[in-house]
Formats: sequence, C-alpha cells, structure tokens
Amino acid sequence: MANSKGKVIGVSGNMVSAECDSSVRMNEVGYIITGGKHLKAEVIRIRGSKVEMQVFEMTRGIRIGDDVEFTDDLLSVELGPGLLTQIFDGLQNPLPQIARKCGFFLERGFYLSALPESLEFDFTPIAKPGDTVVRGDTLGTVPEGIFTHKIMVPFNMYGTYTVESVVQAGKYSVRHTIAQLKDENGKSIPVTMVFNWPVKRPIDIYSERLRPSEALATKIRIIDTLVPVAKGGTYCIPGPFGAGKTVLQQITSRHAEVDIVIIAACGERAGEVVETLREFPELTDPRTGKTLMERTVIVCNTSSMPVAAREASVYTAVTMAEYYRQMGLHVLLLADSTSRWAQAMREMSGRLEEIPGEEAFPAYLESVIAGFYERAGIVRFKDGTIGSVTIGGTVSPAGGNFEEPVTQATLKVVGAFHGLSRERSDARRYPAIHPLDSWSKYEGAVEPHKSRYVRSVLFSGNEVDQMMKVVGEEGTSLDDYIVYLKSEFVDSVYLQQNAFDAVDAATSIPRQRYIFNFLVKILLASFTLPDKASARSYFNQLRQRFLDLNGAEWESDNFKKIEKELEDTFLNTVKETREELNDIFKSRFTG
Amino acid sequence: MRKIYSKIDYIAGNVITVKAKDITYGELALVTSESGESLAEVIRLDGDNVSLQVFAGSRGIATDDEVKFLGHPMQVSFSDNLMGRIFTGSGKPRDKGPELTENLIEIGGPSVNPAKRIVPRNMIRTGIPMIDLFNSLVESQKLPIFSVSGEPYNELLARIALQAEVDMIILGGMGLKYDDYLFFRDSLEQGGALSRTIFFVHTAADPIVECLLVPDIALAVAERFALKGKRVLVLLTDMTNFSDALKEISITMEKVPSNRGYPGDLYSQLAARYEKAVDFEGAGSITILAVTTMPGDDVTHPVPDNTGYITEGQFYLRNGRIEPFGSLSRLKQLVNKKTREDHRSLMDGMIKLYANFKESLEKKAMGFRMSEWDQKLLKYGDLFESKLMDLSVNIPLEKAMDLGWQILSDCFTKEETGLRTELMNQFWPEN
Repeated sequence: MANSKGKVIGVSGNMVSAECDSSVRMNEVGYIITGGKHLKAEVIRIRGSKVEMQVFEMTRGIRIGDDVEFTDDLLSVELGPGLLTQIFDGLQNPLPQIARKCGFFLERGFYLSALPESLEFDFTPIAKPGDTVVRGDTLGTVPEGIFTHKIMVPFNMYGTYTVESVVQAGKYSVRHTIAQLKDENGKSIPVTMVFNWPVKRPIDIYSERLRPSEALATKIRIIDTLVPVAKGGTYCIPGPFGAGKTVLQQITSRHAEVDIVIIAACGERAGEVVETLREFPELTDPRTGKTLMERTVIVCNTSSMPVAAREASVYTAVTMAEYYRQMGLHVLLLADSTSRWAQAMREMSGRLEEIPGEEAFPAYLESVIAGFYERAGIVRFKDGTIGSVTIGGTVSPAGGNFEEPVTQATLKVVGAFHGLSRERSDARRYPAIHPLDSWSKYEGAVEPHKSRYVRSVLFSGNEVDQMMKVVGEEGTSLDDYIVYLKSEFVDSVYLQQNAFDAVDAATSIPRQRYIFNFLVKILLASFTLPDKASARSYFNQLRQRFLDLNGAEWESDNFKKIEKELEDTFLNTVKETREELNDIFKSRFTG
Repeated sequence: MRKIYSKIDYIAGNVITVKAKDITYGELALVTSESGESLAEVIRLDGDNVSLQVFAGSRGIATDDEVKFLGHPMQVSFSDNLMGRIFTGSGKPRDKGPELTENLIEIGGPSVNPAKRIVPRNMIRTGIPMIDLFNSLVESQKLPIFSVSGEPYNELLARIALQAEVDMIILGGMGLKYDDYLFFRDSLEQGGALSRTIFFVHTAADPIVECLLVPDIALAVAERFALKGKRVLVLLTDMTNFSDALKEISITMEKVPSNRGYPGDLYSQLAARYEKAVDFEGAGSITILAVTTMPGDDVTHPVPDNTGYITEGQFYLRNGRIEPFGSLSRLKQLVNKKTREDHRSLMDGMIKLYANFKESLEKKAMGFRMSEWDQKLLKYGDLFESKLMDLSVNIPLEKAMDLGWQILSDCFTKEETGLRTELMNQFWPEN
C-alpha cells in the first residue's frame, strides 16, 4: 500500500494541520516537506480529512500547501546492539554524530539512524535450523562492551516461526541478515540484529511479573537505610528548585548497583547532561573496572529543544530500558524531570484546545503518568532468568508545593517517595531528602526495626527542637536536650553525605550496616554529661571524629585508627561499659 | 516585488488577520497606517487567513491599511558597529546613530547540540564576596537575580557590568523605566564600559510586543559575538516584565492559561532564552545574568518558580544584600576546587554557622535567654553581615577567604566550626 500524502492547511506554534484524503493512522509519524527539509511530526488528532500533527521541530518557514508524507509507522525506536554508551535526543537521533555533521547547532530536519550500518558485532549463533521460535527468543549473542547482548526474534513478529537458517559465527553489520525465519504460511522472513518497536507500547514478553523485594543499593545512606528502593520498583523525587534533585540523580547514576543505567534528561538544563557526558567516560565503575559510560545510555532532550520531542523522550528511554531487561539485566531508568514531560503534554493539550483539568494539565494526566511508571517491574522469563527495570523520576512541583497535580498523580503510583525539602537544602544538609516526610514501601539494607528505631530518635529530636523554639533552650530538660543532640548527630554524620568527597560520596552496603550499628549503640547509650553546654561541646567533638571517619577509606588503617579514637571518646562519657551496651543492643534488636 | 494587501479582516489585541497566499510561518510584514509603519510577525496560518502580531500594537490600524509581506523572519544587523550603540526591541536605533542594515542575521535560531557543549570551567570574578566566595559566577552560566521591586537590582547589575571580567556586555532592558535606562547608560559611560556594551532597550512606554523581542535579539547578537571568540555577558532586566508581556499576548489570543494567567508554555519560553547561555569549544561564551522581580516577594510565583527550574542557581537580593540562603550557584563546584583548597569547606562551614546564627536571632527576638553559644553566634552573624555580605564590599576572592577565617577565629574555637581538622591546621589564623 502506498503511503498517504497530504497538504498543509494551517500552522499554529508547533501544531500543523494537513488535509489528507486517504487513510491515516492515529499517532503515526509523518513528514512535512518544507524548503527541501523533512520535518518529523506525529498525528495527534484526526477530524474528517483534517489531520492535526505535532511537529518535533521548529515550524518557522512552513507554508500553506507544503507536502506532507505519512509513513504508516507509529513513533518507534531502533533496538539492537550498540545502544549502550550512546547519547540520543528524544527521538533517538545520536547527538554526537549530528554534531559531527552539523556543528554547534541542531539543524532541523536532520535525522540519523541510532544504529548505523557501519556498526559491526561478533555474532555467535544459538538457534539452529529447524528450531521453533517466537518473539523474544534468542537467536544468537554478540558481545556489547561488558555485556553479552542477546539477539532476539523481533518483538513485533507475533507468530510462531521455524528457523530456516542462521549465519555462522563471525563479524556482521547490524543490518546484515543473520537469520531466515519461516512463518506458519511458509513465508520466509529475514531477520537482522535490529528491529523497530513503538515507544508507547510496553514490551510484554515474560512469563510472570514478580514483586520487587530485593533492595537496589544506591550507596546513598539515607536512601538505602531509611527510604530504600527495590529492583523493579519505582520512586519519585519531588523537590523545589535548588534542593538537589539533579545532583541526587547524578550520584545515583554513578554509584547504583545495577547493570545498566539509562538517563532521560527531559526538558532540563543542557549543562547538567554535559557533566555526565564528559565525566562518565573518565570514571571507572568499581564493579566492572570499565568506564561508567559502558553501562549508560543517555537520552537528552533539554529544555530548549522542541517540546513535542520532549514528550517522546521518556518513552524512548523506557523502551530501551525494557529491551535490555529482556536480556536478564537489571536496568535503572532515571527520568529528570517528569514535570517537564507533563508540561509538554499540557502544551499540546492547550494547542488542541482540549478542556483543561487542574492547572490546565490535561484530564488524562494521571493515567498517562501511571502508565509510564507501570512499565517498571521485575520479571521472570521463560528460561528462569530475571530482569528488572527500576524507574526513578524527579518531579519539579510548581512553587515547591507537593499538592500540585503532577506530584500527586506520581505519589499514587510509586513505591517510594524521596521528598526534598527547601529547609534542609538551605541549611546545606545534603542530600536534602526529608527523613520524616519521605517513605518507602520496600525493604532496605538494614533491618527494618533498626531503621525504625533511628526514625523514632529523629522524630523525638524533632519534637524537642519544635518545643525548644517555644520554651527556649533553658526551658528544656537536659535529657530532652540530649535526645535533640542525638538526632542532630544522626543527621549530620549519617543522613548527610558529602557528594564531592571521594570516599563519603558512596557508602557500600556492608559499610552502611557496620556504621549504622555503631551509630545505634551511640543512640542507645546513656551519657554522663553534667550540663547542656558540655553536652553540646561533647557532641560536637563526637561529630568531628565521625565526619573524619566518613572520609576514611573503608577498612583502611586510618579508618581503624579513627574508629578506635571515636570509640574511646564515646565510651568515656557513657554510663554503660562496652559489654553492657552490646547486651542492650542485642536484647533490643535480636529475636 | 511582494504583494501588498489592503484588506484587514480582523483586529483584536495586537493581532490582525488578512487573507493572503503563499505566506510562510514566522515571516515578517510591514504594516503602514496613519500613525506610521510597524513590523508584524505571522503567528498563525489557517488556510488563507494569516494572523499577524503587530509590534507597535494595533491601536489606530484601519481595516484598509496596507500590509506588505517581507518574505523573511525577524532579523538584526550584526557587526562590530553595534558596539557602544543603543537600540529598541525591534532593532531600531534609540541613540542618534545611523540605522544598521548590513549583514542581517535571523533571531531565535536553533538550540546548541548538547553533545557540543563543554563543562564550564572558568570563573568570572566580580569582586563581590557573596558572589565570588559563596556563589561563584561561572562562564556560560545562566543566573537570575531574584528580587523585590525597590531593591537595588539594577545597581547590582550595573556594578557587575563594570567589574566583571568579560570581553563585552549586552544589556537587554524589558519594560525598563526611562530613568533606569538612563541610569544604566550613564553609569556604564562613567565607568568607561560603554564602548564594550550594546543596549537593546524596551522601555515601559514602548509597544508590548517589542518587549518579547528583546531577549531574542540580544541573545542572537551575543551568539554571533561568542562564535567569533568573545566572552559575552548578557544582562537582562527584568524577565518578569517579559513574562507578563507573554501573558498579555497569550490571553488576548485566547489561549488557555495555566497558572495565574500565564501561558502553559511559560517554562519552555523562558528556557528557550536562558538555554542560549553556552561555552563554545574553541570560541567564546555567553553568560546570562537576569533580574526577575518577584511580585509580593513570593518565590512560588510562576515566573521566579519556572525560572528557578531553568537557571543554574539564583541570587536572592534582599535588604540590599545577596542573601546566603536560597542563593546558589550550581556551577560553583566546577570552579571553586581550583581556587584554593579551603574554598569549599569554608563556604559551607560559614553558611551552616550563619544558619545557626539566624536561629539564635529568632530565639533572641522571642525573648529567650542567650546561652554562651548563642552569644558567639550573634557576634559571628554581625561580623559576617558587615564584613562580607554588604554589597559595598569590594575585595578579591583570596582576601575574602582570609577574612572569612579571621571572622571564624574571632568568634569560635576550632571544634565549634565543624570544619575538617587538616584545613584548620593550615588556615586557622593564630592570634
């Protein structure tokens, strides 16, 4: 069937209307041909012969009567080996390659393939002629950096196929036919390493979805200990501007213990992506010894790039995440920021003159957000292997007010909430996750009853602090005052973490458990402090030592030395002996 | 020769509609009426109906006035002749100099490929300790100055224009009071900086559409200079007026408003301008410093709020001082590791103590007895405010850091500062 054609009949902002008499599919991709350039657009409404399209480019220069060509394909991405280490825009155009062709600026209507012909991989066949295969079955493997990349039967081939032939082991272009499959009707279909998949359709090839139960180590103490994230789970980070959402995402993308990290920079500052772009190739991943870039894909549609492509970018990212999940890998998708994505929807909804919902967001906002987060999950495949997609999205609520539609819609569907607070970031208490307001439904690195205990100390400390604001320090009893000092102590030595310190930036799970136990003992102890002034100066001393400890390499001689000093300072001022403390600790937390 | 149309079907707000053929989206037209000529831009095509936004406003336009399409989008002349000149929002001379027509460039061009951006690496020294020491300004940064009407933000901007270490300044004035415009012109002239400055000024009395053009035109020119290797500092005042102009126009065009009447794409509109800040590898750079007045001192107002999400930090100007809380330069981490090893720790430590000082001050105001610790903090706060925060302080960064240590040692013992022991051994002044 020949693809439909049409003519432009109207332009308003990035929305173009076209007249088309033949068949047009909702959400299919079309190109507007103006001044010799093909501008990509997506059909978003059809009214009789009038087709309304959102254009992924600037619309300046389009005139009435320009040709429109429809492709009959939904907005799709290419899936295949070679996606890792790449930097794409929201429509999966590789940005560095575009830069090489076009220079400093993004030229409109210039598109490149995500996986070019010239890309070659060493193919090892697995399937044999005569095998019966369905979509998602492995035909062979290629090495992609540190991973073994499975070449699968394209997900968009829904039938049952018989393998006619598979090429021999060897180096092939990604576009080379590596197998011939025969369908039920005896028709032979060539298969390459690459296929297309529409971004808005979840990849659903697995035998069952599991409950996210295994913790995902981010190496950020406050997260792993108090508000953990699980593999295959979802979490959101709402926070006012300047509270450190993006820095938190960057740290997570560096240190998180997962196989692959996909960063979707959606409508945010270009500068932030650049830091990742330039630093990741130089940073070593301690788990593999290779650079961090080898496990990373970046999808980058920054705030000044066209809005319609911004809306597509989170889907582009999650589709690639699901693709790697299919290989039995654990993938973390970091979307920054989902509010910009929601705003992109709002802009389009406004142009379509839809009846607006709250704050002019479209009425379908909630279901779209839910649909996106539901693409996370941990799944078991039919061969028993397990893969997961974890989604962490930042939210940028207007005015830092969490009551707004995007935050509320997100909170309904996520498993953990890391609320950033302006107060904490103003006081330079980073990461500024509020320890009392935030919550998580997952199980973390330390035993829940221990973290609950620490939470209770923070809670009481906060109560004393509130009370002191009313009655003053002199109206507070020494015991209460010590509770307050203890909670401040936990905050400054454990919850706060210096992202710019080489050691303190990432705390491994064993180290967290070890330090946390030590910390709990300090909290359990009864101190022999005569008055508030001496209590304050004592805790200052203790804090100083503990901060030095945080900066020392785990299990190094220096660490042990500081730890010894710290323990001595601590035990000197405590009623209990070391043994008694151990007993209290045991009786409280075991059994 | 382009065709002239002389039948305007529809006039509402600043938008006129004519029936015309073969018109491109975004193209300019010249509207001639009794009160003179004005440029207009095509903002909607619907079949033969072409809607145009008239820069000078539609007041006095008659339905039989002439509309002549020019066949190109908005352009501005670009050459070294711009230096020292003053223009309006649509690029016409505001000084008595000649009109420039050579080497026209389009405004509002495409955005920079993120893959071509580089990590910012150069600090722009200003001699203001609250900027240099606590929130360093970095080349290619975009920073707003959040302020209430009545604060000396234009004075601060002018001082930065005079002292900042850059090659040239482009000043974009939006809805500027005429006095303020004269103030900028005179202070830059007296400071001897006029010859390295270009002005694009829209005053409060000028047509509202021209206000929208100011950032685009200023940044388009800045971009060309940057590509030629110049380090350009673009000063914009006031972006709230720009946003209000956007609001005014989108409401008259009957668009669905999102928040307090502002259009739903306010974020994208602001971002498109701010994101022009860039450091071109192998060429120059654009740094943007923009005033955003906060109506009612409310940072959650849509304009400062959206701005905060776009820019790389913000300066809060309050009571004539750059407030340490909330003020933030996100890029400072990229440059302050190279200045001196104590820079970061000193910066964080001093702010933490200043936060404690504020708490003590609150307690004092409520009539509580001041403990010894509170007394120390009060002394610290006073010294900090008078010696470092005051905007009249003009000292280089290194001096400011030494002064910081001095203030700390005047008020506290080493343990009380919460700073790392090694640093204190090195920098703690022995009295």
